[in-house]
Amino acid sequence: MRYEAPTRLEEAVSLLAGQDGAHVLAGGTDLLVKLRSEMIEPEMIVDIKRIEGMRDIAAEDGGWRIGAAVSGAEMGEHAGLVADWPGVVEAAGLIGSTQVQGRATLAGNLCNASPAADSVPAMVAAGATVRIAGPNGTRDMDVIDVPHGPGKTALERGEFIASVWLPARGARASDAYLRFIPRTEMDIAVVGCGISLSLDEGDRVTAARVSLGAVGPKVMLVEDAAQAIIGRVLDEAALSDLAAACSAAATPIDDKRGTIDFRKHVSGVLARRAAVIAAKRAKGETA
Amino acid sequence: MALDDTKKTRDFKVVGTRPDRPDGIDKVTGRARFGADMVAPGMLTGRILRSPHAHARIVKIDASKAEALSGVKAVVTRADFGEVPEDVADVLDNCMAGDKALYDGHAVAAVAASSPAVARKALKLIEVEYEVLPHVTDVDAAIKPDAPVLHEGRQQETVPEGLSQNVIARSEFGHGDIEAGLKQADRVVERTYRTAATHQGYIEPHACLATMGADGRADLWVCTQGHYMVRNTCAAILGMEQGQLRVTASEIGGGFGGKTVVFLEPVALMLAKKAGRPVKMVMSRSEVLRATGPTSSTSIDVKIGMTKDGKITAGFAELRYQGGAYPGSPVDMGAMSGFAPYDLENVKTVGWDVVTNRPKAAAYRAPGAPMAAFAIESAIDEAAKAFGLDPLEVRLMNGADEGTKASYGPTYPAIGLKATLEAAKSHPHWSAPLGENQGRGVACGFWFNFGGDTCVSLNITPDGTVTVSEGNPDIGGSRASMTMMAAEELGIPYDQVRTIIADTGSLGQNEVTDGSRVTFAVGLATIEAARAAKREMCRRAAMIWGIDDEAVEWEDGAARPAGPNAGKFPPMTLKEIAAIASNTGGPIAGHHEVNAEGAGVSFATHMVDVELDRDTGSTKILRYTVFQDAGKAVHPSYVEGQFQGGAVQGIGWALNEEYIYGEDGILQNAGFLDYRIPVASDLPMIDTVILEIPNPGHPYGVRGVGETSIVPPLAAIANAVSEAAGVRMTQLPMSPPRVLAAVQAKAEG
Repeated sequence: MRYEAPTRLEEAVSLLAGQDGAHVLAGGTDLLVKLRSEMIEPEMIVDIKRIEGMRDIAAEDGGWRIGAAVSGAEMGEHAGLVADWPGVVEAAGLIGSTQVQGRATLAGNLCNASPAADSVPAMVAAGATVRIAGPNGTRDMDVIDVPHGPGKTALERGEFIASVWLPARGARASDAYLRFIPRTEMDIAVVGCGISLSLDEGDRVTAARVSLGAVGPKVMLVEDAAQAIIGRVLDEAALSDLAAACSAAATPIDDKRGTIDFRKHVSGVLARRAAVIAAKRAKGETA
Repeated sequence: MALDDTKKTRDFKVVGTRPDRPDGIDKVTGRARFGADMVAPGMLTGRILRSPHAHARIVKIDASKAEALSGVKAVVTRADFGEVPEDVADVLDNCMAGDKALYDGHAVAAVAASSPAVARKALKLIEVEYEVLPHVTDVDAAIKPDAPVLHEGRQQETVPEGLSQNVIARSEFGHGDIEAGLKQADRVVERTYRTAATHQGYIEPHACLATMGADGRADLWVCTQGHYMVRNTCAAILGMEQGQLRVTASEIGGGFGGKTVVFLEPVALMLAKKAGRPVKMVMSRSEVLRATGPTSSTSIDVKIGMTKDGKITAGFAELRYQGGAYPGSPVDMGAMSGFAPYDLENVKTVGWDVVTNRPKAAAYRAPGAPMAAFAIESAIDEAAKAFGLDPLEVRLMNGADEGTKASYGPTYPAIGLKATLEAAKSHPHWSAPLGENQGRGVACGFWFNFGGDTCVSLNITPDGTVTVSEGNPDIGGSRASMTMMAAEELGIPYDQVRTIIADTGSLGQNEVTDGSRVTFAVGLATIEAARAAKREMCRRAAMIWGIDDEAVEWEDGAARPAGPNAGKFPPMTLKEIAAIASNTGGPIAGHHEVNAEGAGVSFATHMVDVELDRDTGSTKILRYTVFQDAGKAVHPSYVEGQFQGGAVQGIGWALNEEYIYGEDGILQNAGFLDYRIPVASDLPMIDTVILEIPNPGHPYGVRGVGETSIVPPLAAIANAVSEAAGVRMTQLPMSPPRVLAAVQAKAEG
């Protein structure tokens, strides 16, 4: 097995394009586990951490560009990012343990392509995009289009995600992410829900994006759920409609982590709770 | 050995204090050597090929391609082992399948190779032809007459006709007349309870390093709870004399009963024999979960009659435990222990030992008892609450005491059950207010505790330090407690004594570290070994002083003339006697060998508060208090640790841990992600209250404490969750989907 740590983007692309069974190493929190448990036997590992910009969080177009090797812990310590996108930061902060937080990345979480990935519903709710480096240069893609199913992504040979971009956050707007796990940490989402919303001065929802994770083969954006609250104050009736829309949209399976009924029900419960948190944040209240 | 007569006035100097643990520095600095930490020159990597089927006939194994691979030094299958004695036949079959693979993960072949990569490749080259057979993993399904049968002709005569061959044995315990007792009851609670199989969940996977010379002499370094058991079992399987196999126990990262049997060791020895090179084997976590001992899953019917003032008039339980692929589930222990906390006129339990296509059950902390306690303590709780009675008062009213004839036969000497209940009743936890969606549960638990073969040697060095050699791997602080008991008895400081775990060549037979036996039995032998050394030191002093041996006594770490008539000699300290030992007859040592009896039974009462999230079915443990009789707590911090550890394992068992099998009989959650042991943030600080009702069978009054603490939690938590949910929970684990479904069903009426 070869280990390469290029310093230029083009070099990484050409290494990845030139070798069958090459894997990208950023935080390594998925890759090393798969290696150790013998799920994969890579021919080559390309460590992208030394490439310029990979470990930076930079302001761009009113939003934030986050390098592919920025860890959850680094995001949590970035005041501007936390102020604008607390839901995305808290979702990334739920991945693994304190130790894993020092390594785990948004891009890695996305490329692992698990339907239960915690940061992905939050990024989808935020309307995040990724910048993909590849043999034909770079291209941008909406986060929601990256996963193609469990373990599968839209990335082609030689491509890797170089950064994630979170858009500008307007006034009276915020986001939240909640997941259900049987324990309190070190676990995988049985249901995940991300919500991003904007409020007018009368606390009416003017824009919303609602996403669900772990209740289908891919993270889903639930348009009906957003429509259920747009134009309304988040009162009991609106929240019930939101919950019902999420429960209806969820398409989970029965497995070792939960039943269909449980997951559909909890999709609604989490949506309701996450909406309340996001709204509080949008109003500048502590949540 | 009886409790010292001086017990009432005894003023312990070391016992009861909390010195630093002797293994602490090694463990925090990484110097401690665990199973996988040993290396040998020319060492090979051993790996095991495991069955992907729950039940299959092994038609043919062709290892020729693996054997031809460069770097492969040996391949072993069952064909390499000869006929073995009957008492180890199932053990061997579990380590290496014979005609049939009996569960997902069952070993079918093994390789020894020059590197892990070669070994991995070699496993893929072994061609196994399977004839897949129908399988059964559920205990109730396995009993049915048409269930797929694992073994023909193993059923015992105690089993009535009409049941599957998978039902191996029936046992019965109790006294009185159940029907008559039920007629006296004002209310009868009758329910069926179910528990899932859970794993011991030790952090350190099984590992060993085997070497065997051309002369047939072998050495084994192994992570185990009992290296004498490993020696005897492996010698029998390999056809060796026990004295030709020396086994050394590594430091151990948890056992909880799961390391009281062999899995890798006979295979590693056979690979080493065939390859002529040392072979190291280390299991992965998935191998640990698939192929080492979980405990039984169970299905238990309980019938309890109670009068309206709380008197239990009859207690009946029928317990079905599946013990995996071979006979020997811990159902008898469940049947014996479930009603043991109570003084009942009419009590009966019937146990059924059932085999299924799962890994063979290994001991797990009070094996068999927690499930029985879950069922019986739940039923008692339900009956008490139906009459609006205080569950602690009901238990006190029916509780066993000195002189009670236990449900499993014997009559109790002094026991501590009621002391734990009284302590619970007067504890602030019991009267603390509860909030919305919160519930409080209590339950009692019992464990037998054991003694067994024990051999200890205590040596005094020329400079007067003391080394204690004992033969039981330290899984719960026994080196600290042996050191303390030796120091106490010799009247010297704790730091002057070091306790080591000796290899099998150094001491006589020692029973496995199990049954909460070590602090009791090895402690007893350590005290007696120290007493033997003291007698010898008194004899040496008497010789120097020219007086009779009987005229010398040992006090405060020194030999002294006993009384005014013995003469006036200044005391001789242990160090002074040790320094001149060579001139007074040679080295000084004490030793003691015993099959220890008199292990005092142990009781506990647990109290727990939970909060339920009614929208998700999620349970949070808010507060937990353990009340348990320790006899005498030698090192209270370790005793508290045992109380807390049992409670925490019980919390996992109650709420989330379970073996999940698919329709295909394959284990779905062979990893710590989906086999959910509690993490630190799931738990409150577990409060502990140590009661000390001296065990009449130990010189200091010590009782084993390690296992009782896992007996009450399943029921205590179920009682608390049932109260919070407003619906009786009868199946474990009480995972969020199960609790949510129960709450919703109740709401829908």
